[in-house]
Amino acid sequence: MTPPVDIVRIQYIGVIASLCFLLFVFHLMRSKHLRIEYSLLWLFFGVAFLFFSVSRTAMDSLSAMIGIAYSPSALLLILLMAHLLILIQFSVVISSLSDKNRDLAQSLALLELRVRELERRDSGRDAHT
Amino acid sequence: MRRPLAIVPAFNEQDAVQSVLADLACNAPAVDVLVVNDGSTDATAMRAREAGATVVTLPVNLGIGGAVQTGFRYALDHGYAVALQFDGDGQHCAAEIAKLVAPIEAGTADAVIGSRFLGTDGYKSTPARRAGIRLFEAVNRLLIHQRITDNTSGFRAYNGRAIGLLAREYPHDYPEPEAVILMGRNGLRIAEVPVSMRERAGGASSIRGVRAAYYMVKVLIALFVTVTRAARKERS
Repeated sequence: MTPPVDIVRIQYIGVIASLCFLLFVFHLMRSKHLRIEYSLLWLFFGVAFLFFSVSRTAMDSLSAMIGIAYSPSALLLILLMAHLLILIQFSVVISSLSDKNRDLAQSLALLELRVRELERRDSGRDAHT
Repeated sequence: MRRPLAIVPAFNEQDAVQSVLADLACNAPAVDVLVVNDGSTDATAMRAREAGATVVTLPVNLGIGGAVQTGFRYALDHGYAVALQFDGDGQHCAAEIAKLVAPIEAGTADAVIGSRFLGTDGYKSTPARRAGIRLFEAVNRLLIHQRITDNTSGFRAYNGRAIGLLAREYPHDYPEPEAVILMGRNGLRIAEVPVSMRERAGGASSIRGVRAAYYMVKVLIALFVTVTRAARKERS
């Protein structure tokens, strides 16, 4: 016979973990380790987890609404979606960074060539005077 | 009329770059040369400078697309009306530059591609490579309604309009087939002239095995994405 499971306990843990997560994100934003625009998705899903930890009925009714018989799998679905979205955001940011990086490298190289040519022209003029 | 600019991308080509520059100086004396040193770790820049070329050195390796685009930006800044792409590994023949530039100066094309497959001297290649090239030809016909037999050729000439477009937007790795679609979608007229290319002095093509499969998939996806983009508005 399996011991009875205290289902309220996991709710407490969920609430505490979600709060810790939100606080951690907030701390990163305050200390400028995380730019506000990249924290929005994290905050959004942090709040969603907090909400579903507090209210068991919300989880159940959401599951019923989208046709999931076993409500914890709805939670997994949300978790998966959160990660997918955030990873796509990362790919977008990386692409934009690498484009800007390319632009910068090119501009730097072209400027360097101009400086070199100006210096050469300059030293040529010095030699004549 | 100003001289054309030959853009020579070079990544670790210290053994080839001087003979490429000698070929250009001897067989295309009326062309300015810009070597784009793509973050080489060897003496490429020094050797090129010794040979009298203007050298622009990228601080990091950007790959062929980023290197060639640096040349387009230089051409745009300096008001060149004609630019050429000429490989730094000795594959292309400077004597054929005049053929590439002719349609541009005659005003019959905005971009000219030196094709290995239009001529009669039969470029030797593996069956897989030939199949890939034929596939690209079909894709080009489908997407931009122009017949391009050699869209992987890096021996090309461009007029000012094409330079303006490509200086602003040029694909990253394996850029040649994508650039064709990009130009086609932006209403540029692309012509081809037959050229012959030398066998590589050392080493095989960088595109083999798993990389060849990656190349095909990447390029095909890129082509279809490029074609769905709206043409860029021209700034004048």
